[in-house]
Amino acid sequence: MIRFENVSVTYEDSARPTLRNVDLTVPEGELVLLVGPSGVGKSTLLGAVSGLVPHFTGGTLRGRVTVDGRDTRTHPPRELADLVGTVGQDPLAHFVTDTVEDELAYGMESLGLAPAVMRRRVEETLDLLGLADLRDRPIATLSGGQQQRVAIGSVLTTHPKVLVLDEPTSALDPSAAEDVLAVLQRLVHDLGTTVLMAEHRLERVVQYADRVLLLPDGVLGTPAEIMAVSPVHPPVVALGRLAGWEPLPLTVRDARRRADGLKERLDRCAGPLSRPAPSPDPGPVPEFAVPAPASGTPASRGSAPGRGGGLSLFRRRRTPAPVPGTGPDAPLVDVRRLAVRRGRVEALRRIDLEVAAGETIALMGRNGAGKSTLLSALVGMIAPTGGTVRVAGLVPHATDPRTLIRRVGLVPQEPRDLLYAETVAEECAAADADAGAEPGTCGALVAELVPGVAGGTHPRDLSEGQRLALALAVVLTAAPPLVLLDEPTRGLDYAAKARLVTRLRGLAAAGHAIVLATHDVELAAELADRVVIVAGGEVVADGPTAEVVVSSPAFAPQVAKVLAPRPWLTVEQVEEALCR
Amino acid sequence: MIRADTSTPGPAGRTERAERAGRTEQAGRTGQAEQAAATGRPGRWARFLAPEADRGNALHPGAWWLWALGLAVGASRTTNPLLLGLIVAVAGYVVAARRTDAPWARSYGAFVKLGLFVVGLRIVFSVVLGSPIPGSHELFTLPELPLPDWAQGIRIGGRVTAEQLAFALYDGLKLAALLICVGAANALANPARLLKSLPGALYEVGVAVVVAMTFAPNLVADVVRLRTARRLRGRSTGGVRAVLRIGLPVLEGALERSVAVAASMDARGYGRTARVPPAVRRTTGVLTLGGLLGVCAGSYGLLAAEGAGYGLPLLGAGLAAAVAGLRLGGRRSIRTRYRPDRFGPRSWLVAASGAAVALLMIRAASYAPGALHPGVVPLTAPELPLWPALSVLPGLLPAVIAPVPPAREDASE
Repeated sequence: MIRFENVSVTYEDSARPTLRNVDLTVPEGELVLLVGPSGVGKSTLLGAVSGLVPHFTGGTLRGRVTVDGRDTRTHPPRELADLVGTVGQDPLAHFVTDTVEDELAYGMESLGLAPAVMRRRVEETLDLLGLADLRDRPIATLSGGQQQRVAIGSVLTTHPKVLVLDEPTSALDPSAAEDVLAVLQRLVHDLGTTVLMAEHRLERVVQYADRVLLLPDGVLGTPAEIMAVSPVHPPVVALGRLAGWEPLPLTVRDARRRADGLKERLDRCAGPLSRPAPSPDPGPVPEFAVPAPASGTPASRGSAPGRGGGLSLFRRRRTPAPVPGTGPDAPLVDVRRLAVRRGRVEALRRIDLEVAAGETIALMGRNGAGKSTLLSALVGMIAPTGGTVRVAGLVPHATDPRTLIRRVGLVPQEPRDLLYAETVAEECAAADADAGAEPGTCGALVAELVPGVAGGTHPRDLSEGQRLALALAVVLTAAPPLVLLDEPTRGLDYAAKARLVTRLRGLAAAGHAIVLATHDVELAAELADRVVIVAGGEVVADGPTAEVVVSSPAFAPQVAKVLAPRPWLTVEQVEEALCR
Repeated sequence: MIRADTSTPGPAGRTERAERAGRTEQAGRTGQAEQAAATGRPGRWARFLAPEADRGNALHPGAWWLWALGLAVGASRTTNPLLLGLIVAVAGYVVAARRTDAPWARSYGAFVKLGLFVVGLRIVFSVVLGSPIPGSHELFTLPELPLPDWAQGIRIGGRVTAEQLAFALYDGLKLAALLICVGAANALANPARLLKSLPGALYEVGVAVVVAMTFAPNLVADVVRLRTARRLRGRSTGGVRAVLRIGLPVLEGALERSVAVAASMDARGYGRTARVPPAVRRTTGVLTLGGLLGVCAGSYGLLAAEGAGYGLPLLGAGLAAAVAGLRLGGRRSIRTRYRPDRFGPRSWLVAASGAAVALLMIRAASYAPGALHPGVVPLTAPELPLWPALSVLPGLLPAVIAPVPPAREDASE
């Protein structure tokens, strides 16, 4: 169905080819998964199938790509539109029309299908993806998971023979991701659609794949073969490698069948149902140049509050808000009966949350549950409609931003929002000035977190992981005792994620409190002391990670599912628990 | 039309029709039952009540625009503030009764504010620049700026009379009423759907306009997001400087997004064309160009004094040629339309109600010119003339007959 013959792609402004001599044949009706670290050309390979590379992106393609016999050299993307359906990373960038139903019909209209056929297929697709209730809704009002399903639906209506997906589940919560994957599997099984998909979160997708293509080597094989050698692999594979299982398990179910021996060994070593330390020793953490976080007392509030930015005519009076009765024992974050409304939507209701210094907390819950809203309330970007928020004794939304950044820092979902300057060095100079830190503080942090980045690089040219680290460095320049991260692992490969985990553990060991909102159950298992699950704007569970996560089918990491009811969550913990 | 799909639409079409019939029947029944339960009236009138709106029975957006233009024509015939107020009230009531919760429906408030701004601006200009309206009720005198001889006839400052203010107010209100009528159409009709009704040859232009229209709200959302993100860097979020500093990142983001949308459109078949014989292509060009030339020459003939004889036929011929050219050009486009809006009886009634307002007001201008243009010299209080006031009221018809939008759902995040 798809043939790559000795394909190399070189972009205009880069010296070496992004893809080199790829030979590949994908038969009809297979689900092929592309794996590999960031920047090995997964997106480029996908773009070459739909013809967007090089017709749209520029660059030079050598060799030959044919899809169902059509050469992409002579067929621009629009001539392949009836054959290949493409869904990119950002569903919002995919939409052409403004309501769900029109969006589903758009591709068919372009192909000139008969109105009766279009009508029938739209109805079928609405049912297939569970979108029937949303048919008249403006797309802008949908949640992330709903938008992703609309994006997939909009390419399904043309009945393409090939479906190309770039990270279809990275923005989704675990259950929404399962919905999307179930749809894909149904397409492959029932309709014989060929699916080519790139995804970083292998623990979600690898069991659905018929074949796996490992880049940059371009090796195609069965999932078990590739996972045995792949540098990127899901935790269940890591567990299998650790225990020496042959063949490697790809699903929790496979692993559980073979896990009896491992369970016995663990029980023998650690005693039955013993508890591992909730957070393993941070290990050899590189020495951080992080200045010790400012203590929670308002004494260190040196800069004059109230002076906002130059020409602002309608500056609100910022009241410095030292709170009486916040002694040294008071928790760093104290949220009581917090309520936030947006229009008529109650985004948060009766939220109670306390975070102590040095604690790491994972906020979990489905898309739109209110995780980001809670983080925004903690940094004062949203004023609460009811209840109180205290961060280090201050009321965030009523505090001057320049004072507040020394108490709490947020790395937003899109780290780019935080970066304005043309180069990394300028960004750092600005961050030092903003935070009133010594010149060079931010530069030292960047050197620690992202070694090897030249100061003259444009932030846009960094990889996702590097950009995240730069934003984290900018936030840490002010040495806030509380660091918040919103969805930090989106778009990160396993290596970048591992580096992030090491850094965050280092921060926690240095006394920072960390709150992360995430869909990534494996990340939560590795990092968090406590997990708080938010649903419908309310806290529905709050407790130690092992307790909350093991009992939940949606939020349990793979290792916990394999070894349940034993309390180990990560491969690392299992490795430590095994006696040699 | 090219059928890329070989499956027969026949049975599907039939079941679909049957389904739809079943659904309306069911909706009718529940409507009747509710009506009967609520008021105790016999249910047979229920079928004349406006149904709940969904895509299938939505009014044609053109109907809303015709209705609003009718009101606007009516407003343009009078300077009586009471009549203008009545027209604005009629438009406002219909908007309140029939608008949806969609993003474009929120633009009505912006148009009302714009109208008020226009009124204020008109009065300020009148105060500062003076007015040719003679008046005896002097309110106050501004210091007058001495101007050189060559600027004769221009005055800055000077005396301000009640008459000139009344005139400026009436004039400003007329403009405001026109704007509010346009705003009403904008709030009631989905602009994207209106563009969908364009002829096939213009469709791609229409899509470009739609994409441009979604661009603006996205830009605003970006500005808001980046402004709040400035807070995270410890900078102030308000002020002109904050907006200027984020200008570049916002534009960069917007550019990236438009490139991504363009890629998506291309990958989904935007711009696929059918092969047409060269003869047809050439005929299309000749007809369209010739038609437009004819329209230009015809309009010139109509406006110029000596060309009245050939003006009208030339205009007609030009229009016909242009329409033929567009239809022929539509052959190149293989697009089909998904569920186009139909101009059904309710749409006709809505359009007719607007036209009725326009015609009645034009007639009123001939039988009651005094009442439609209350005098400012001498200053008299405007009166509400009975018949012209009654002739505005047909504009309320859409509030009764247009399908009712479903109960507003709370928009999710």
